[in-house]
Amino acid sequence: MKVLQIVESAYRGTLEEQDDTIIWLTQAMKGAGGDLDVLLRGNAVSYALKDQDASGLSFGDWKQTEPPRIDEQVNGLLGKGVKVYYVDEDASERGIDKSDLVKGVQAIPRGQVAELLGAYDHAWHW
Amino acid sequence: MAGKKTLTFAIMDPPYESGRSTTAFRLIDIAVKRGYDVNVFAYEGAVCLPFAKQQAHPNAVHGREAEEENHPLPKDWVAALIKSAATNGGKLDWVNCGLCVDERGVAEAIEGVRRGTPADLWKLAEGSDNTLVIGTR
Amino acid sequence: MPSYYDLAKDLAGAGNEVTLFLVQNGVIPARAGAKAPGLSALAEAGVEVLADEFSLRERAISANRLASGIRAAPLDVVVDQLADGRKAMWH
Repeated sequence: MKVLQIVESAYRGTLEEQDDTIIWLTQAMKGAGGDLDVLLRGNAVSYALKDQDASGLSFGDWKQTEPPRIDEQVNGLLGKGVKVYYVDEDASERGIDKSDLVKGVQAIPRGQVAELLGAYDHAWHW
Repeated sequence: MAGKKTLTFAIMDPPYESGRSTTAFRLIDIAVKRGYDVNVFAYEGAVCLPFAKQQAHPNAVHGREAEEENHPLPKDWVAALIKSAATNGGKLDWVNCGLCVDERGVAEAIEGVRRGTPADLWKLAEGSDNTLVIGTR
Repeated sequence: MPSYYDLAKDLAGAGNEVTLFLVQNGVIPARAGAKAPGLSALAEAGVEVLADEFSLRERAISANRLASGIRAAPLDVVVDQLADGRKAMWH
């Protein structure tokens, strides 16, 4: 079974969770032997950006020592052989340059997403 | 205290679901550090934020044991803010909607959290310089 | 364009002092080059458009790469305005 994880919802509870829960879930399932790739769309294209910095959160004397590092998580996926695609137009509409993104993520034009889905048994849209 | 302000926040989101909870906590943190009196009316899922039985866990994907992971628990955030308010000469009055608590079975809240009703929100807002509602979406 | 852009513009047009404070994913359209002409138009219409410094950093948006008319600001501004009694609406 081959699954495409489509991630659209972005930065939802990431500061509390110390990660994006779907990127995390993908890493965990990959580690368990799953065959998955990822497509970032909508605001989630920002997950492919280098230099995301969520450090410094504190409330009273509570301090976050391990903030989310989503760009590192994306790199981790790539390092495990997971393909990470992003919708090209969703990035450009947000003013994101390709040079701003981590190495290895692949742009896919909006018009080719349907064709991409054909390569997977399931598309899970989170 | 001259210039002392009172702010009320009405919040609705449960833990770990939305950036709104964190932003609400950031706003409260700023206000209590100024010595303001702050009221929170936690409605619907937000009553789970100070739930005493939240537990940290290790994270194999992150490759960290529980202590190193230092997983954020919103109940600790609430406790830290209650303490910070007292330290800075103010008060954080956290009111959990009682019916919302019962629905969710989360009556065991940390110390400093009290049970209330919609009438409390009204009274808190009437006694405040301003009220911000952060509704769920 | 979100409906609250219109509300902010209408309020400013009626002579009110209006701040649109962008936070969380609300800052994403603030990046220079983003297709969000509505935000800069609001600034031109007299709305103060601010973007939360932390939310910008979290999303790798440089504070010196913002669209015209938008400024980075700390979240303290919201508490300042609440304390001043400004009417505050969360969208």
